[in-house]
Amino acid sequence: MNAQLALDVEQISFSYGQTEALKQASLQVSAGSFVALLGANGAGKTTLFSIVTGLYSPKQGSVLVNGHGLRTDTMSALASMGVVFQRSTVDMDLSVLQNLRYAADLQGIPRADAKLRIHAGIEQHGLSGLEKRKIGALSGGQRRRVELARALLHRPTLLLLDEPTVGLDLQSRSEFVSHVKSLCTDEGTGVLWATHLMDELDTDDDVYILDHGQVIEQGTVSELTQTHGVEDISAVFNKLVGSKVS
Amino acid sequence: MKLNHAILCLRGVVFREALRFINQRGRFLSALVRPLVWLFIFAAGFRSVLGVSIIPPYETYIRYEEYISPGLVGMILLFNGMQSSLSMVYDREMGSMRTLLVSPLPRWYLLLCKLLAGVSIAVLQAYVFMAIAWFWEVRPPTVGYFLLLPALILSGLMLGALGLMLSSMIRQLENFAGVMNFVIFPMFFASSALYPLWRINDASPLLFWVCTFNPFTYAVELIRFALYGQFNFVAMLVVIGCTGLFLAAAVVGYDPLRGFMSRKDGGPAKS
Repeated sequence: MNAQLALDVEQISFSYGQTEALKQASLQVSAGSFVALLGANGAGKTTLFSIVTGLYSPKQGSVLVNGHGLRTDTMSALASMGVVFQRSTVDMDLSVLQNLRYAADLQGIPRADAKLRIHAGIEQHGLSGLEKRKIGALSGGQRRRVELARALLHRPTLLLLDEPTVGLDLQSRSEFVSHVKSLCTDEGTGVLWATHLMDELDTDDDVYILDHGQVIEQGTVSELTQTHGVEDISAVFNKLVGSKVS
Repeated sequence: MKLNHAILCLRGVVFREALRFINQRGRFLSALVRPLVWLFIFAAGFRSVLGVSIIPPYETYIRYEEYISPGLVGMILLFNGMQSSLSMVYDREMGSMRTLLVSPLPRWYLLLCKLLAGVSIAVLQAYVFMAIAWFWEVRPPTVGYFLLLPALILSGLMLGALGLMLSSMIRQLENFAGVMNFVIFPMFFASSALYPLWRINDASPLLFWVCTFNPFTYAVELIRFALYGQFNFVAMLVVIGCTGLFLAAAVVGYDPLRGFMSRKDGGPAKS
């Protein structure tokens, strides 16, 4: 076990019936690092997230979160991770505060401590003044920030984000990405960011490229562009996967 | 699992369900209107047609409204249990169910919390119904209102667990209409909710046989006996047994390794 790894996925395979969604996929996220998981629609990103979060069990392979086996020490593994799913999972009928209180209760954070953390989270994610507003009345960007605040309430060592910027405008996207990257440097949180939007990546970000359930390439953005002799990561992706991406 | 964490989780899930319920006043009203329509209209119309002889737990002749009231309380629990399962299918489709399932607590406990949250709402609805029925001269002994509580909780757990089990099998919200036709209505009508079993036996021994195998019959009888200050041991055993069975099936259904969620087309939208 590598104590520095926030996430260690080894040789994961998974099928939906006869359809193989993941084929011996492996990836690692170190503490404090930002790792992007690139893949076109249907590549297996969401399936991988569902496995890492324990929603689905792989037929093969293992998942370690902060050194805790997802299968053998499920509660500790789940307690070490925060998740922002592809589709919004906040309760539209409840207010920002009610959603965050609900999340704090699920994580077992005592009420007094939860109050402080919720207050800090609201400030940190630019949600001040929106506490009592129902989620349904917020913009897409604000909802995403509520989800992020919720995912970080219990101070996880690993943050999983599945295409979190889909549907956001350019400015909201840019702010959201910067904010998450600051969590890596400031809080030491390991981040796994699934996306198909290449412009969200910086040159020193670690990248895994997933295609038809297999990890076909891995390295930093600068390493991959250099290796493949192209200008940017989009070109690397197009070269390897052969599909047009944004 | 730490006790403090378990309590916080239960409180959070119940509180969320209560908040959602308050926000959806239409749901509360419709849950009440349904049995009240049966009490005010159906029972009034059938009072003269369907005579009820003296059968336990009643010690004298009773009005038909009094006879069907426990059945209508059961109806509230039945519809609420199915409503909860509908909301779970909806939550699963919309994604908010994931928030619950990735919490660091055993899955069986998370499902139990969800079940208890649904039951607490149903119990509240049942008492509001009984309060309104009091003005319609459905007046069981005072002690019955207190004894009703454990019977409501047990029956609510059984029907909620049935809903949980069904929700783990239903892939899409659209399929839920089938549950109405194939589960709720047959369970309700093929029971002792509207007519005593001896009357059903007179009319159709086959239907009587079906009714005696229907767990909803025992939920209704548990409620009926409790409401009149008596205890139906067999009904309690059947209700507890069925609760355990349905809950176990629901836990298996929501198990990522063994359940329906692991099967073909049961996965998330792939990307």
